[in-house]
Amino acid sequence: MNALPSPAAAGNSTGAGRLALQALAVAGLALLAALPWLGADDYLIAVGINILQYGVLATAWALFSGPTRYVSLATVAFFGIGAYTAAVFGETLPWPAVLAAALGVSLVLALIVGLATLRLSGVHFVIFTFGLAELVHQLVNWYEVNVTRTLGRYLFVDISQVQIYWQLLALLVAVLATGWAIRRSRLGLALQVIGDDEVVARHVGIDTTRAKLLLFAISAGFIGLAGAAMAPRWTYIDPAIAFNPVISFQVLIMALLGGANRLFGPLLGVLPVALLFELLSGSFPNHFMILLGLVFMAIVYFIPNGLFGLLERRRQRAGKEGGK
Amino acid sequence: MSAPLLKVTGLTKAFGGLVAVDKLGFEVAPGEVIGLVGPNGSGKTTAMNLISGALRADRGSIRLGDAELVGLRPDRIVRHGVARTFQLVRVLGSLSCADNVAAGLAFHPGGAFGAGARERIDALLARVGLGGREALPAGELTYIDQKRLELARALALAPRLLLLDEWLAGLNPTELREGIALIRSLRDEGLTMILVEHVMEAVHALCNRCVVMNAGVLLADGPTAEVLRNPEVVRAYLGEDVETDDLPPPHLPTGEAPTQLNLDAGGQHA
Repeated sequence: MNALPSPAAAGNSTGAGRLALQALAVAGLALLAALPWLGADDYLIAVGINILQYGVLATAWALFSGPTRYVSLATVAFFGIGAYTAAVFGETLPWPAVLAAALGVSLVLALIVGLATLRLSGVHFVIFTFGLAELVHQLVNWYEVNVTRTLGRYLFVDISQVQIYWQLLALLVAVLATGWAIRRSRLGLALQVIGDDEVVARHVGIDTTRAKLLLFAISAGFIGLAGAAMAPRWTYIDPAIAFNPVISFQVLIMALLGGANRLFGPLLGVLPVALLFELLSGSFPNHFMILLGLVFMAIVYFIPNGLFGLLERRRQRAGKEGGK
Repeated sequence: MSAPLLKVTGLTKAFGGLVAVDKLGFEVAPGEVIGLVGPNGSGKTTAMNLISGALRADRGSIRLGDAELVGLRPDRIVRHGVARTFQLVRVLGSLSCADNVAAGLAFHPGGAFGAGARERIDALLARVGLGGREALPAGELTYIDQKRLELARALALAPRLLLLDEWLAGLNPTELREGIALIRSLRDEGLTMILVEHVMEAVHALCNRCVVMNAGVLLADGPTAEVLRNPEVVRAYLGEDVETDDLPPPHLPTGEAPTQLNLDAGGQHA
């Protein structure tokens, strides 16, 4: 992120290219929104929901983890709590209020988690967030078994697959717009500085805990909303489904593959990985976790800066060779 | 001496059984440039870390004007007007030079951000000799240029007190001359500074006063030339009983590289 437009960005040719990209993005968005009216069948809508779900999760994850380089494995805690909130209130509150409740619960959880974990860094933070997601899972499990005396919940609300698809699409637009705005704000610069050197960040006047907490909560809010939006699709929800730790790893893999430090990077990773997971889980259901681990290792080893970084490097190299 | 800008009293910091700074006390007047000197391990950098809030004091007081700094976080201390550079240079390697300075401008009262900061960023980079390199990633700069950039970032904080921790270390003679000239220009503008330095040539050239530390305690405090000829100070540096008459003459031959332990280098570049 640049706090200031670079001289290159101010150039006319780059400006024209950017305008073309923006036009392409708007056209693509319109096409995606109109997909249900363009004769897309249930299977295509289901695939679209899956991709949009991970698009929201990976982009929201990268809002925080991209610039700060704090690798969070707590994604599923917020996703699951959003889904569970929808399951609890789905049949008693109007749907917008259910979404607002999921947002509120995710934010509160993020603030509690953030205050507990954001003083940690590196591998300690990774392990803590993983353990924390499991703690939330087990707490919900315990509550359901001992208090409500039921482990699973049914959610029957009048929301169609197409409506879920549109909600997730709207959420994706919202998370991208939020990311765009943050990258141009003081908060965005603060997070870049924190990611680069947290000691320096403190010595240029950044309240690092507050900045991290704020963005962690924003990211968690979107993740919680995605969980709530997805809940009606399952109809039946139990803690093992809602708090499945594989979701945290999948989101991480997608974001890293695309490039976690670019706004559109995670999206670039979502499409191939979501389709690959679809293929692997269908064809090799008993070896899925092993293959997931191998994919993860391959991405980290071969493309540590993600596809976006790879493309940029190639473009820079081509530019240098062209300039010779 | 006018009312001090900085007043350090009874400052103490221990790491386990090792007392790194022991009841340190000194004052810095507004506009004054003092040298904080002493042999390696004497507690100079720990003292800088305590003043800037990187470390929390066990006991004692650090007052900047009317504000007590002990117990404040570094970001709060920055807002009171203390900026610093680091002994091991710390630039934001993945950000551009402009964004490194933007980071110094954006988060303090009276700072600026976005288009409104552009002019000040350009001016600060030009001031330290990095004009025209706004878009270059800081990680691609040479060591000396990274030091310049770190100084520009510190100046962007519009400090009342600037702490320079061995900012001139590791420079070749030409770079050293330029560095001294740059710091002198800041001094001439009235900026209050504390220089932790081993380059005695720079201390002689820039500091009207010196505070000498040894093994965590204050060894001497007074006019630079006088303090650096103090036999106690010489002994602390050289680790043996040396008569001041045995020291090299106060001026190095023209063109000779400055030595870091020559306490009486005389400042031929002054």
